[in-house]
Amino acid sequence: MLSYLRARLFTLIISVLLSSFTIFVLIEVVPGDPASFMLGINATEETVESLRKELGLDHNFLNRYLDWSIGMLSGDFGISYTYRVPVQELIMERLKVSLPLATLSLTLSIFIAFPVGMLAVQFQGKKIDHAIMVVSQIGIAIPNFWFAMILVLIFSINLQWFSAGGFYGWESGFLMGLKSLILPAIALALPQASILSRIIRSAILNTLMEDYIRTARSKGLSLRQVIPRHALRNALIPVLTILGLQFSFLLAGAIIIENVFFLPGLGRLIFQAITQRDLIVVESAVMLLVFSVIMVNFIVDLLYILVDPRLRK
Amino acid sequence: MIKLLTKSIAVFVVVILSIAKTTAAEKSITIGMQLEPPNLNPTGGAAAAIDEIVYANLFEGLTRFESDGSVAPSLAKSWTISSDNLTYVFNLNENITFHDGLPMTAGDVKFSLDRARSEESTNAQKILFKDIDNIAVIDDLTIQVKLTRPNGSFISNMAWGDAIIVSEKSISKAEIAPIGTGPFKFSKWVKGDRVELVKNESYWGPQVSLDKAVFKFISDPTAAFAAVMAGDIDAFPVFPAPENLSQFEADPRFTVIVGSTEGETILSTNNKKPPFDKLQMRKALAHAINRQEIIDGAMFGFGTPIGTHFAPHNPNYLDLTSQSEYNPKLSKKLIKESGYNPDTIISLKLPPPSYARRGGEIIASQLRNVGLNVEISNLEWAQWLEQVFKGKDYNLTIVSHTEPADINIYARPDYYFQYDREDFRDIITKLNLATDPKIRTKYLHAAQRQISLDYVNGFLFQLAKTGVANAKIRGLWKNSPTQANDLTDVSWAE
Repeated sequence: MLSYLRARLFTLIISVLLSSFTIFVLIEVVPGDPASFMLGINATEETVESLRKELGLDHNFLNRYLDWSIGMLSGDFGISYTYRVPVQELIMERLKVSLPLATLSLTLSIFIAFPVGMLAVQFQGKKIDHAIMVVSQIGIAIPNFWFAMILVLIFSINLQWFSAGGFYGWESGFLMGLKSLILPAIALALPQASILSRIIRSAILNTLMEDYIRTARSKGLSLRQVIPRHALRNALIPVLTILGLQFSFLLAGAIIIENVFFLPGLGRLIFQAITQRDLIVVESAVMLLVFSVIMVNFIVDLLYILVDPRLRK
Repeated sequence: MIKLLTKSIAVFVVVILSIAKTTAAEKSITIGMQLEPPNLNPTGGAAAAIDEIVYANLFEGLTRFESDGSVAPSLAKSWTISSDNLTYVFNLNENITFHDGLPMTAGDVKFSLDRARSEESTNAQKILFKDIDNIAVIDDLTIQVKLTRPNGSFISNMAWGDAIIVSEKSISKAEIAPIGTGPFKFSKWVKGDRVELVKNESYWGPQVSLDKAVFKFISDPTAAFAAVMAGDIDAFPVFPAPENLSQFEADPRFTVIVGSTEGETILSTNNKKPPFDKLQMRKALAHAINRQEIIDGAMFGFGTPIGTHFAPHNPNYLDLTSQSEYNPKLSKKLIKESGYNPDTIISLKLPPPSYARRGGEIIASQLRNVGLNVEISNLEWAQWLEQVFKGKDYNLTIVSHTEPADINIYARPDYYFQYDREDFRDIITKLNLATDPKIRTKYLHAAQRQISLDYVNGFLFQLAKTGVANAKIRGLWKNSPTQANDLTDVSWAE
């Protein structure tokens, strides 16, 4: 088990180092100067120069990389070029939307996918199973932004139950904040739940072939009893992998949904920062995402140990 | 177990739905904007979204623009100009205070203007201040500005959002916590979502009728439409989806507000890059363009054709559209005569706004009709600034020049369309020196005629301001003489 852990940890560190450098290089080579973007088309060259100086853009590449990466280790991500506030503040503010949104939609998708997946297995080959397969196929095929717009049309414009978008902020009450995240979370959860229920179905079906299941069945347990008690746990490894991927995707990949519901999430921060050439924000936010993906994968690796006793040796 | 789960879900749904949608208090307004400002300091960047929040609401200058584009007194109640047109003496209003309670005096005016024209200044419109020679405080309420040469537009220069008066004590925090003298105070900014302003109870001038103003940022046109329909937004002064306006027009809950802007939308042409370094080719270009088709196709009919770089609602405007009438036959003939090789690719580089992207497709097809080999590439703003604006690596591009009265950009030979004409620069110099309105009109006409005759750019149309608002709102600006959402006269009808 120790060697397994050591190997995982080593991968983690190498990935973080490599990705930080790659991100910095890639973003620095993107054409476009933050200072001239900010000053627009009537500014004179000398004004642009003074702004570049003020932003520290006149330092050379390596210095800026070292400043940035060393600063990040101590939690200092630098100052945003356009917003002129510390980058970590900006990111934290956006995480207050993105993290609950990702968690909420992942929870929703788990709550839908597990029962549905298990139901499909139980009625494998029967009408219910076919219906589930068809519906989940549609769930995967429907673009989530389109589904989101339909939700807005029904629940905001016609029924007027929810706002069409925006985020009230947690300071106006927990429920108020939660309410602004419900439609987006549903829109995000639908395709995720469809994928997940299919994975759960096939993972359980795979384990059902195993000898120990036959033993359990021969001892008199029904299929309905065997699935949650014996099959599910052993089917969890592929499911965990997918869940890990989905969480990372939801954290940053919600950008289209954030646009439809004009939510101030992390995805939109990055998108805005790219168009405004607020390079330091892009670098730091992307680095944070990469780091969280690596961490989630690391945690998933650890969870494998929990589900799979063979890894504990 | 399952029953319990269903029950708790049901309770949750009821609770969530019972939280009423926050209905706006009577005296508050929520304004929709497509772009979020990067910061709230209008003296340090060009972003229009900054002025759309702070102009006239939060910050004020010596003078200000009215909704019809005229210049009115603001912090300065009056001024005198010496007979040689070089010395301006401004008399300030009394009892003006900043939002932090400090009095606003002539010293602050001197500080603000000196700061804007200083060497380290990052003011995007530094050119507004370039004729200032020195500024002297006469007493707390009187300030004298000396110019190096007469400048007929100095009073209107002082009305720009970039020329607002700030305090030395608070300017360093203006990016995130702006402190001005206006009728509204900054309250909070939820980044990515909204900026909130509240009424300034100790305002020096007449009190505003609104207690609170919220500016909400919605970039996606479909989302903007949904937000207005759902009643989340009270007014969207620059509505991003003109295709939906007819739907709002038919709905009695809304009014559609169509006005004009200072945005001359032009097919900017690189005057120093072949083939359009030749006058004949630029003339051919002008006659190949069907303006109405572009306005109808790209702007859903909103926009006024222009024949020169000047706003049609300005009293000094000359209608020169006949100079560049749609005439593809003439255009083809001119192209043939000038010896254009159809293998030469003409680059048309388009920035993101929809007028450029949609208009670009139509223009490209019109130009191909007369035999020009046009190749479109779509750029983001940062790339556009780098390649087109700075690098001048382009043949054609489409941009709306939204600064008011900006025909003087044609006097800058290094400006991105690279129009280099001594006699035009002469006209502008004379214009700047003139202060008599009649003489100014004469030179403004001459300037318009000159660039039209030189076919410097393809002059397309004046960008319309198309907005939508709750039918009960009164007092929103119809036109956009400067980028602003002045809320000082806005109120709700009973």
